[in-house]
Amino acid sequence: MGVPFDVRWPVGALFAVLGGLLLIEGLREPAAGPINLVWGGVLLGFGAVTLALALRARKRG
Amino acid sequence: MTSLHLVDWAIMAAYFAVVLGVGLRLRRSMTSSDEFLLSGRSMPAWVSGLAFLSANLGAQEVIGMGASGAKYGIATSHFYWVGAVPAMCFVALFMMPFYYGSRARSVPEYLRMRFDEKTRTVNALTFAVMTVFSSGISLYAMGKLFSLLLGWNMDVAMIAAAGIVLAYTILGGLTSAIYNEVLQFFLIVFGFAPLAWLGLRDVGGWSGLTARLATVSAAQGFAPDAYTRSWALLGSAAANPIGVEWFGLVAGLGFVLSFGYWCTDFLVVQRAMAADSMRAARRTPLIAAFPKMIFPFLVILPGMIALALGAGGGAGVIPPKLDAAGAPLLDALGRTVLDFDLATPSLLLKYFPSGMLGLGITALLASFMSGMAGNVTAFNAVCTYDLYQGLVRPGAGDRHYLLVARVVTVLGILVSLAAAYVAAAFNNIMDVLQLVFAFVNAPLFATFALGMFWRRTTGHGAFAGLLAGTAGAAIHHGLSLPAGAVAGVKGGYLATMISYPSDLAQTFWTAIVAWTTCLVVTIVVSLATRPRPEDELAGLVWGLTPHPADAGARWHERPVAVSVVVLALLLALNLLFW
Repeated sequence: MGVPFDVRWPVGALFAVLGGLLLIEGLREPAAGPINLVWGGVLLGFGAVTLALALRARKRG
Repeated sequence: MTSLHLVDWAIMAAYFAVVLGVGLRLRRSMTSSDEFLLSGRSMPAWVSGLAFLSANLGAQEVIGMGASGAKYGIATSHFYWVGAVPAMCFVALFMMPFYYGSRARSVPEYLRMRFDEKTRTVNALTFAVMTVFSSGISLYAMGKLFSLLLGWNMDVAMIAAAGIVLAYTILGGLTSAIYNEVLQFFLIVFGFAPLAWLGLRDVGGWSGLTARLATVSAAQGFAPDAYTRSWALLGSAAANPIGVEWFGLVAGLGFVLSFGYWCTDFLVVQRAMAADSMRAARRTPLIAAFPKMIFPFLVILPGMIALALGAGGGAGVIPPKLDAAGAPLLDALGRTVLDFDLATPSLLLKYFPSGMLGLGITALLASFMSGMAGNVTAFNAVCTYDLYQGLVRPGAGDRHYLLVARVVTVLGILVSLAAAYVAAAFNNIMDVLQLVFAFVNAPLFATFALGMFWRRTTGHGAFAGLLAGTAGAAIHHGLSLPAGAVAGVKGGYLATMISYPSDLAQTFWTAIVAWTTCLVVTIVVSLATRPRPEDELAGLVWGLTPHPADAGARWHERPVAVSVVVLALLLALNLLFW
């Protein structure tokens, strides 16, 4: 990373939340449309990796 | 009418909460006009690169390109592979050293430094009016779409979206817009990728799509592969759905319009100007070029799939356009006219269950909001620096300009909203306005190219060239008409001396005429007027500016090396879909 904060924090947090919501919906309504489970996992994974990168950058200063 | 479920609203609420949270978190950092309007030139290349792309991802991109995919097929990719990426490489390698190196705070300010006040003022005024009206047109398109799709109240949808954009831009300025554009970029990618994937699987993969579209081609009188090949049928305008021949496409779209937008439009250049170093500024458009090359598969492919689903008697998803009485609109041959603008949204409703639908709708909202925030942040920089500080009150303190920038942000949003209501009430007025904008934009690249690469160009030459180019565009448009159109906003209002096979062919050739007129007039007037001394042009003109050094940088940090990779991939894509 003069930048006020690392943009990866809000990106990672948002996608982790969105992934979680899709996973819950996929488990709740498995017959709908399951794509909610697949894509929920993808978004949760992307969010987690992004947050991990932001955390690593902060530890390195 | 589709209704959303709790999970869909929760996804939308999470997005709005993060967007507003970013603005709130940045509020404390906005202590100067430089921070508010230029992000303090602190952005890493990958952030400014994604914002460079995302600021261009308005309604036109996601909905408009899906509609074009349904109308023209894979040839729509020319708007990316010919009409964007080469220009992005050019601005990175050859123009960013002047924009960033001159320390200009806006594109019009570069024109003042290179030419004179009158050239800056005409560019700043036209840009400010154009961006705020474009923002309004986009807002109206969003309200109309969500009203049709989900039955939302149009006023509530427009005011809520404008209010959220206002909140995060007034709190965090350009930095807030850029951070949210990065967020919106990923949201658009993750929101539309599964749509293309599910749709393509449903039609039997690329081979199934090709077979289905062959029946559409045959019905339209084209060769069977007209919708799935981008170059092979460009020998004649009558042989392809896009209605353009290769020279008009390459010169009009690939050179004049594309370079005029990507190399001179402050909306996108502002993101590169916010980068933290010269090298980061030069890499910004190149980083944006990689996803830009892939975007046709996200935004054009759904339109093609929507068209293919209705081929050969299949159950189509694209609804018909309706006349004033609410009945399906028919063309001159008695065929139903489809509403292509609803191709991508209709596909969302077909394939996405609740949850995924919330993600898709949020991605659509994000595309509208990133486009609007891009327009508003560029508008407030030009109004504050070029119009207010330049013409109304030079020499005031920085706190005063920071206050003005915040007031102009509110003003920009309010005028956008007003423009949206004008668009809703008088659709033809907006058609005329967009036509005028096209006339003003077409000659711009000639002015910048001569200014940057020919030290003999003068301010009088640039000013006369811009006016002559705009007049040339208006006259050519007034003397020409696309096939099947009646004289009026489509052209032919002076006389009908030239007939074009399509609207796009007329647009591309109007741009070529405007650019050529501007180039010739600028050169002639410049040769007849006194140039500025060369010592005043250092840092502003090729040959009088030291070239940025990349020695010691790794290959992926060198703009020239990255450009070679981008252009090689671009060539491969064009050959793959030849």
